[in-house]
Amino acid sequence: MTGGHALRALLAVTSREVVKFWHQKGRLLSALVRPALWLVVFAAGFQNVFGVSIIPPYETYIEYQVYIVPGLLGMVLLFNGMQSSLAMVYDREMGIMRLLLTAPLPRWFLLFGKLVAGTFLSVLQAYAFLALCAVFKVDIPWSGWLYAFPVLLLGGLMLGSLGLLLSVYVKQLENFAGTMNFVIFPMFFMSTALYPLWKLQESGAEWVYQLARFNPFAHAVELIRFALYGQFNLQSFWVVLIALGIFFLLAVRGYDPQRGFVKRVKRPG
Amino acid sequence: MKSSVKESVLNIDNLVKSYGSVKALDGVSFQVRAGEFLALLGPNGAGKTTLFQLLTGLFVADEGKILVMGQDIRHNVVNVLAKIGVVFQQPTLDLDLTVRANLNFHARLHGMRGSKARQRISEELERLGILDSADQVCRSLSGGNRRKVELARALLHEPRILLMDEATVGLDPASRRMLVDYVYELCVTRDLAVVWTTHLVDETERARQVVVLHKGHVLARGTPAELLAHTGEKNMTDAFLSLTGNSSGESEINIQQVK
Repeated sequence: MTGGHALRALLAVTSREVVKFWHQKGRLLSALVRPALWLVVFAAGFQNVFGVSIIPPYETYIEYQVYIVPGLLGMVLLFNGMQSSLAMVYDREMGIMRLLLTAPLPRWFLLFGKLVAGTFLSVLQAYAFLALCAVFKVDIPWSGWLYAFPVLLLGGLMLGSLGLLLSVYVKQLENFAGTMNFVIFPMFFMSTALYPLWKLQESGAEWVYQLARFNPFAHAVELIRFALYGQFNLQSFWVVLIALGIFFLLAVRGYDPQRGFVKRVKRPG
Repeated sequence: MKSSVKESVLNIDNLVKSYGSVKALDGVSFQVRAGEFLALLGPNGAGKTTLFQLLTGLFVADEGKILVMGQDIRHNVVNVLAKIGVVFQQPTLDLDLTVRANLNFHARLHGMRGSKARQRISEELERLGILDSADQVCRSLSGGNRRKVELARALLHEPRILLMDEATVGLDPASRRMLVDYVYELCVTRDLAVVWTTHLVDETERARQVVVLHKGHVLARGTPAELLAHTGEKNMTDAFLSLTGNSSGESEINIQQVK
């Protein structure tokens, strides 16, 4: 694999995803409508129910809308990561996966290409949502747009590799609804997306609190939250980075012809 | 002496692959030389698809070796894949993209530059007589033309070995004839080694070598004439039926190719 070959292949995989995304206008719409509903309707309804006290990175009292923006950005990344996973399963059923895996490139690199392509779309959608927040006059500092870029990328890669890993185990398209129930919702609700962690602890839901503390999605959200205000959450950064590494390695292992796809039965002797 | 004996470009030695307790392949061996058309004939479930998955590196054999131009696929899968062109049984075109976009995707995966890719795409489409359709969306093509696009794609990177897995399934007779003829011709004009799996006996009649696969075993191996002589039948269909019909899959009949 030469550098030129690798780059051309990476561009091919990425541009294919972008072209496909462009053809599915509904996908961008639903990617924006979903968090927008939360932002406008949910946040309005709960504005006075949740009192958010001053917690880092915030320096003053903030509107609930402002609080949930990082969580909704995380939601955009999470949904797109799962969508990429769905696309992998679809490609596998359509046989296109075979074509990709028989390209003369190391398998990890092909999977990495898929991951980069999906993450590119994730970040794109996250910015589209930030623009929507600006339209709704949600108070997010403009400098945050810039600072958020690397962490949106990192969060997108982490959630994308989670999607990649799931695609090893989700054998059929029909099972995707199950993935939604067992991955997206618990990850989203057991996180800091909608309420700060201390709220969970205070309410006495100790086990939810403990799960949320170790939820990589929660750390992706915190990483974004801090970055929007020009701050860096080191702990969350490490959690997200390590989760990314683990998910991606497990996904590569899952796609390994010697181990993955079909369970290999040990030969005697 | 007709012609000098060419080295075999594909060497398959004693392949074994099991799924659980089922042995999909049990000691399969054969060789293919450059310019040779090898027909892999077998009923459904004979192990053809498994063999294909091993040949394309999608799975790894439990035992045995696959050597492509002397390189072991187990250790050099990337190099090996660069020398192989594949048409899968299941269609693998992105139906929403144009013919050119599909081919271009493949060219990039094989590391071709833009200008080279454009040139190769036009060449292959032209030879197959479908250059006019280059900018059409694949969904709008007939089944026969979709297969042609897949063949063009498999040839883009100028492989030395072409693998065709039940490539004519679902095609009308005219398209089937055309595809078979075209691939036979490729062997001659490009010195390409071809492995053509099928369960349709008539596609094997002009093959240099026929390997009859049944329940993961090689039942017979030789030229069509040798298979006829061996079974005492008058045509390949009867020969095939007599080989697969009365066998328990235990005994391997060896008809070595005349050198």
